[in-house]
Amino acid sequence: MNFFPVFDLNTIFLVPWSTDQLVQWNGQVILMGLLVCWTNGILGSFIVVRRMALMGDAISHGILPGLVISFLIFGSLEIGPMLIGACSAGLACSLCIEWLRSHTPIRQDASMAIVFTSFFAVGVTLINLQTDHLDLDTGCILYGEIGLTPLSPDLLFMGLNCGNRSICLMGAVCVFVLLIVSLSYRQLLLTSFDPTLAHSYGWPVKLIHLGLMFLLALSTVASMEAVGVILVVAMLVFPCVTASFFSERLPIILVITFPLGILYTFGGFHLAHWLDCSIAAAMAIAATIIFIIACALSPRGILLRLK
Amino acid sequence: MTRVLPIEVHDLTVSYQKKPVLYGVDLEIQEGSLVGILGPNGAGKSTLVKTIMNMIRPNGGYVKIFGKDPKIGMKQIGYVPQRESVDWEFPVTVMDVVLMGRYGHLGWLSRVTKHDRQKASECLEQVNMLPYADRQIGNLSGGQQQRVFLARALAQESSVYLMDEPFAGVDAVTEKTIVSIMRNMKKEGKTLLVVHHDLSSAKEYFDQLLLLNMRKVAFGPTSKVYTHELLQKTYGGRLAVLSEMATEMAKSPELEL
Repeated sequence: MNFFPVFDLNTIFLVPWSTDQLVQWNGQVILMGLLVCWTNGILGSFIVVRRMALMGDAISHGILPGLVISFLIFGSLEIGPMLIGACSAGLACSLCIEWLRSHTPIRQDASMAIVFTSFFAVGVTLINLQTDHLDLDTGCILYGEIGLTPLSPDLLFMGLNCGNRSICLMGAVCVFVLLIVSLSYRQLLLTSFDPTLAHSYGWPVKLIHLGLMFLLALSTVASMEAVGVILVVAMLVFPCVTASFFSERLPIILVITFPLGILYTFGGFHLAHWLDCSIAAAMAIAATIIFIIACALSPRGILLRLK
Repeated sequence: MTRVLPIEVHDLTVSYQKKPVLYGVDLEIQEGSLVGILGPNGAGKSTLVKTIMNMIRPNGGYVKIFGKDPKIGMKQIGYVPQRESVDWEFPVTVMDVVLMGRYGHLGWLSRVTKHDRQKASECLEQVNMLPYADRQIGNLSGGQQQRVFLARALAQESSVYLMDEPFAGVDAVTEKTIVSIMRNMKKEGKTLLVVHHDLSSAKEYFDQLLLLNMRKVAFGPTSKVYTHELLQKTYGGRLAVLSEMATEMAKSPELEL
């Protein structure tokens, strides 16, 4: 018996696309994957260049109790209440980190680790406590299940059937994020690189920062069903870090995150078909493999530097 | 009738967590001055700069920029940050950084124009960095990095400039370039406030000196302020260092720390 299933090109690459029904089902999965990768890749790039990769991690974990509590209050998994819960928990999380940092001798990295693990643990416990009368699955929130995206009900908007609800929401978030980033690219760039200069221009530096955090919460909530709050961090951090092996300019890095998103999605999808595992996890593995290749072989990678 | 002062500081007190860093500082800086700010580490030099930039709220007293509150006035200030405060790994090129100096002239949603690029190129040319325009900023020497930020300040076309240790860790060529550009700016009627760490060169670089050690020790023309007595008062317990420097100064006028 082999540890890995048999690698058969036909079953892995062709069978998923062999009938119309499968194409329709898997097409929706792929579309969801692309939207998740692109949205988080763009936002994540700004998080990474701000040296906040860990903060992104902290926030995405820290919002969990907020999601559960707002689910308990509103009783729905609609994006509105979820977003309120996520934002309040995210805010509480960063306030706690800031308070620990300024009022105790604990340093920022340690206080971050303490706060986000405790928030996360509270969230998990809350879910477990409520499982009797709640239709909330720990696994789904933590790891997501992108393969079940096509099961999401159709979204009716002003009497029109817009198609799959999850995809519609993620698509709207993606368009919103791209719009905001392209309209206020200069503001995001300068407040990331030199907040002091931005401040001297009279720009609302803190507000822009909060806006970015809001977008982060928004995209985490929207991606939650697909990749879960744990793996969303991979989708945030990998694209920018991998792209930075190929370019030293932020606009180009942002553009490279798009083809990377396509590679992650298709790579992860077919990898999952081979190994029969979670698609979200396989996408993160695809991202890791591409990162390692880029790290070794790219123009700025290790191998060429050693020469 | 007097003209409005570019920078006026009155009875300024700033403290961090109840520990005063600046205490009762008064300062009136005339238009077209080239002022060096001297003082030992922790004397409040950077704090003074940050307070003028409206980044720290004073506990007492006020700052006025062209007679206005710093909130409005700071838009007329060009700023050169301390080199250590910059993230040199950041994925931006030299040109990108200099263009940031133009952002203050642009509307919230408007794009960088040809004119802005032209201006940025001219400023890079002035500091002899135009051939490096497409380099990522981390791939430059310390002196070149400092010149990029000077070019950015030039691109801002401000009337007042605050520079935090522009000479820290730069080579001799860069030091000369910076000094000559500072003199040119002064000739154009700009006002410059420069935080400086090197006692020996301060004498030749600046027309006026501000000696700072929590309080204002002295402020005035270099010839009157740069005296053994006042420097000793400023640097206090570091007398040994000071006399050491004095001997070094006697030996070589261009001392690098």
